[in-house]
Amino acid sequence: MEKFELLQPKGLREAVLALAEGDADRSTMVLAGGQDLLTEMKEHLAEPSLVVDISGLPQLAGIGEVKDGSIRLGANATIAQIAGHPRLRADLPILTEAADSIASPQIRSVATLGGNLNQRPRCWYYRNEEAFCLKKGGSVCYAAEGMNKYNAILGGGPSYIVHPSDMAPALIALDARVQLVGPDGDREVALADYYTLPSDGPMTSETVRANGEIVVDVIVPPQPQGLRSTYLKFKERESYDWALASVALAVVMDGGVVRHARMSLGGVAPKPWTVDVQGVLAGRPVNDETVAKVADLALDGAKALAHNGYKIPLTRGLIARAFQQLS
Amino acid sequence: MASSIVELKVNGDTVEVAAPDHFTLLEVLRYRLGLTGSKQGCDKGDCGACTVLVDGEPVLACLTLARLAVGHEVTTIEGLMPAHLRAGGTGADPVQEAFDRCGALQCGFCQPGMMLSARALLDREPNPSRAAIKGALSGNLCRCTGYTQIIEAVETAIAASTERAPDGGSR
Ligand SMILES: Cc1cc2nc3c(=O)[nH]c(=O)nc-3n(C[C@H](O)[C@H](O)[C@H](O)COP(=O)(O)OP(=O)(O)OC[C@H]3O[C@@H](n4cnc5c(N)ncnc54)[C@H](O)[C@@H]3O)c2cc1C
Ligand code: FES
Ligand code: FES
Repeated sequence: MEKFELLQPKGLREAVLALAEGDADRSTMVLAGGQDLLTEMKEHLAEPSLVVDISGLPQLAGIGEVKDGSIRLGANATIAQIAGHPRLRADLPILTEAADSIASPQIRSVATLGGNLNQRPRCWYYRNEEAFCLKKGGSVCYAAEGMNKYNAILGGGPSYIVHPSDMAPALIALDARVQLVGPDGDREVALADYYTLPSDGPMTSETVRANGEIVVDVIVPPQPQGLRSTYLKFKERESYDWALASVALAVVMDGGVVRHARMSLGGVAPKPWTVDVQGVLAGRPVNDETVAKVADLALDGAKALAHNGYKIPLTRGLIARAFQQLS
Repeated sequence: MASSIVELKVNGDTVEVAAPDHFTLLEVLRYRLGLTGSKQGCDKGDCGACTVLVDGEPVLACLTLARLAVGHEVTTIEGLMPAHLRAGGTGADPVQEAFDRCGALQCGFCQPGMMLSARALLDREPNPSRAAIKGALSGNLCRCTGYTQIIEAVETAIAASTERAPDGGSR
């Protein structure tokens, strides 16, 4: 790792102002659990000269209920804290299942929600120091013609990364919003709109986070009565791994028909792939026909690269299994 | 960039080391304090060979900045037996005894991390299921043993501890 100076700010304002100074050229970066950032720095993918440690900021801590019945997940809530939260496990298993599926016990106990949502891609060309690919400001996505077994089948081009976060699709299925604080004030963004596609803009970022902005917390709004939810993640091995594909699904059934449904997919696109399934499902029962319609809609426009065609039937299968589990 | 003095609590002792901000806890343990029991395997979070306990929780020393361990209790493999003796035990920690007895190692590179993950599990849950053992060790990779003897060793350590306990019960 290259040398850097570590700043431990006293408050959020100090952290934001410090970050704003060098965010544009990534000469200043924030560190929460460091479980992604330090791996990037060791591979020289990030080389900040100033690292702002936000792990001690009280504004970012904790998990709790707010007045209107929403749940507030602090950006510094650890993945282990989310996985071990009894109320979440009972009411919103989609969140604890997603958290359980992330990395290893050692990493979960340190890794934060904010870091999970803002982590960088795992595409092996991007992670390889030697490959000056599109995501690093180069001109080629080596995955497009290369070893693309783990790359995108949806929303790809010109870069074919998949977004690696497991928490993001799960939170999007619950309509969660992120709250950011920046040098020019606060703002709130629907998590589904927080992520960008490579075709949307600067290739070197996956989010709409602006210079100096820090995610303070994630708000999960009150959910419709009777909501059932799950996060199904398919990995190449039984031990810890990233998703080859995953399905985050939240539904409300009423008298044998669907009243509410929200779905987001992980591991298949450069951003959590959120599909508006309400139209094909509302008022209809869950059966082979309606589930096939949902899968068709979700995979509309899917295009396999040379080595990732398996992701199409895999995703269809996971969607069917998720519906089976919840209906 | 000047080195700052970092005051760490390692295996019950308070130590002061000069280390630059970019040093990881693993680098300080191995290259400043000579505690080479914590292994530098992948150095990027994949293998668990660098696992140490911070306030009793297994964490990866390779992905922890040394300065961020200030104010916390760090336990490395070198501290396991002394802690056992301080708590009134005899010999090595039961987990260490069991790894020895079961031959739960070949090259031994994964062993310190494995044993610390196992120790943390047993401190939290004295009689875990086999699934819980596998889960707790899932971040520690072993390229030699095939894991069978490692799981057996943890179960042997559990048996040894539960036999000793007055209401140890049967498994
Ligand atoms: C071996 C291994 C396996 C993994 N497996 C998985 C997996 O299965 N699923 C998965 O989802 N992830 C996985 N991860 C990725 C990742 O480490 C974790 O998801 C983790 O949550 C990152 O959190 P952190 O707090 O350590 O982030 P950090 O490393 O501290 O930060 C990550 C990035 O987010 C930025 N950031 C952090 N907090 C904020 C904030 N509040 N506001 C704005 N920006 C912020 C940082 O600047 C940095 O760029 C894995 C990582 C490793 C090393
Ligand atoms: S050396 Fe830390 S996880 Fe491999
Ligand atoms: S004994 Fe060699 S890595 Fe486990």
